[in-house]
Amino acid sequence: MTEQTQTPAPETGRVTAPDGDTLLQVTDLVRHFPVTRGVVFRHKVGAVRAVDGINLSVAKGHTLGLVGESGCGKTTTGRLLVRLDEPTSGQIVIDGHDVTHLRPGQMRPLRREIQMIFQDPYSSLNPRHTVGAIVGAPLRLQNVKVSGGIKRNVQELLELVGLNPEHYNRYPHEFSGGQRQRIGIARTLALRPKLIVADEPVSALDVSIQAQVINLLEDLQDELGLTYVVIAHDLSVVRHISDQVAVMYLGKIVEIADRDQLYAKPRHPYTVALLSAVPVPEPVSSATGHRERRQRIRLEGDVPSPLLPPPACRFHTRCWKAQAICRTQEPPLVELVPGHRAACHFPENTPQATESSPESASQPA
Amino acid sequence: MAPLLEVEDLRIHFQTDDGLVKAVDGVSFSLDRGRTLGIVGESGSGKSVTSLGIMGLNRGSNAKTTGKIRLDGEQLVGADQSRVQHLRGAKMAMIFQDPLSSLHPYYKVGDQIIEAHRAHHPGVTKKDARHRTIDMLRRVGIPEPAVRVDDYPHQFSGGMRQRVMIAMALVNNPELLIADEPTTALDVTVQAQILDLISDLQSEFGSAVIMITHDLGVVAELSDDILVMYAGRPAEYGSAADIFGRPEHPYTWGLLSSMPRLDRERTTRLVPIPGTPPSLIRVPAGCPFHPRCRYTELVGGRRCATEVPPLREAVTPGHAAACHLTAEERARQWAKLSAGRVPDDATAPGADEAAEEPGAREPV
Repeated sequence: MTEQTQTPAPETGRVTAPDGDTLLQVTDLVRHFPVTRGVVFRHKVGAVRAVDGINLSVAKGHTLGLVGESGCGKTTTGRLLVRLDEPTSGQIVIDGHDVTHLRPGQMRPLRREIQMIFQDPYSSLNPRHTVGAIVGAPLRLQNVKVSGGIKRNVQELLELVGLNPEHYNRYPHEFSGGQRQRIGIARTLALRPKLIVADEPVSALDVSIQAQVINLLEDLQDELGLTYVVIAHDLSVVRHISDQVAVMYLGKIVEIADRDQLYAKPRHPYTVALLSAVPVPEPVSSATGHRERRQRIRLEGDVPSPLLPPPACRFHTRCWKAQAICRTQEPPLVELVPGHRAACHFPENTPQATESSPESASQPA
Repeated sequence: MAPLLEVEDLRIHFQTDDGLVKAVDGVSFSLDRGRTLGIVGESGSGKSVTSLGIMGLNRGSNAKTTGKIRLDGEQLVGADQSRVQHLRGAKMAMIFQDPLSSLHPYYKVGDQIIEAHRAHHPGVTKKDARHRTIDMLRRVGIPEPAVRVDDYPHQFSGGMRQRVMIAMALVNNPELLIADEPTTALDVTVQAQILDLISDLQSEFGSAVIMITHDLGVVAELSDDILVMYAGRPAEYGSAADIFGRPEHPYTWGLLSSMPRLDRERTTRLVPIPGTPPSLIRVPAGCPFHPRCRYTELVGGRRCATEVPPLREAVTPGHAAACHLTAEERARQWAKLSAGRVPDDATAPGADEAAEEPGAREPV
């Protein structure tokens, strides 16, 4: 790819020396959306606790997967990370820069290093702009001087994501969903970012196309040394793409671990239930050849409202293991085995807790 | 006893400004009472148009439907509008993908269900219909149905709305229930609840169910038989055990190996199907899948590009695939694939890159 001669990002608020390994460090991140009443005398009557104190760190070149059901705060977290939204409290440090409360002007130079891939390839590309204009826009907006000119650079980007560089002058409607997602990825890569936050990058695509885009994201990571935060609800996609996985429930991280550990031995009952709810493409049939139902944990009801989350452990209203302590005392996110943290009073898959296997407790109390 | 639903050589074509869209082009299947047929395919494969065609909802526009759809022996293609309207909602019912946009936001959910019931049972009093509605809401697992019957759709969560839709579809005891992506808009734990509910109600009511989805996991969970569609045509048809255990069509192989799976060891790399689905205006000649197929060379000549493969049984009775490969070759290739051997060209860099010209895509 063409060399980019760009002015180095100004030293805005460099608070910690980059330790060389951690690219993204999030501490006690909180985002509450106020709920107000009244027109003349507006007063706050409550808050949607979209993100309620999360801690994360992502190493350079690694991928963090963020999973959870709708309304768990994973998208808000992603928007906070790229500073499309301002946190209520907490701290976000990216590559040594504290970006938590930077003003838009101060944030601008840093935007080169943090980019986002959006979910819907239909609404995230301007239908009136050509592919060239779309992919070149970040370069123009950031006044980046590229050797060989913007057009050449854009064509190289298109080639990098597997599109024909000659399609520079075409419009988004001429492309299929998968190709549009590639255009979005090319735009994301234009400024050579270090961190990419991908919010449901493949959920709008067909299965066969999904695999193409997942492979592309992995290839680009190897080639360009990118760091990803992938937000998704599809647990099998997250398992495929992530090094580390964080499970969110109602604004909190309930479990975070290395991929293999989390999927092999989930500790939090919510993770166990999520994994067992995923339909498996392998029909279960009995000896008579008749279809049978897979054994799985059935959670009752829906996710409670983040406006009034249940006290203490937020999962206790749907948990089949809940005891009195779960309603009164919030379990801390503790390290149960090295590299595996879960917030539960009665974690699964621990030597002490083997007597309550999920199968024997498939009906929540 | 004759099957409840027989579809024979169904073709649904739409005349558009850009040309003739062959959305469904020669689909046949049959479905018995108490059984579930899963129809799988990517977007634009014609699975939804098929179901709308059975319900008689494609008519009136520019759709041209030919072939046979027999419900309990009664031919529906070309039947009188009022007759189809009489059957729709009573003998056959449908659950749609997005429960929020398929419920009327201005009416109480109870009134919407009551209307569906009384439209087909004019003699039933409002009071009786209301009792029945509350009973249905209870059966689909809505807590406090006697109170919730007077709520509006926005007062329900996504999963609860889908339950309301199911209650409405089942209020007239239909013999055929078509579920078009019933869980796509739902979270995975709620999806599990809804799939269980459909399955429970099916055994209670003994209805036949057509499950339309792009999710192979959902299909495996619920279906007895599976129809895989590609570009408006059937690619493979067989029992769930056959389709997942001994798939015979390269497209089915592609679908199965392109998805990351939780029930298997994590693979280092997915094997996507190269290219993109074709435009339904210019469906490739011969086998519609041949431009994306890795096995055309094994057939020899240009047969795949010139000759449309018929859907025919090769080895197992009741398991048919539309492919020119010989039965032995299919068995050999699938054995390789299921053993985890990736096709050679899939590992080459750029193999899965979008090769086709974007101009070939038609605005639909």
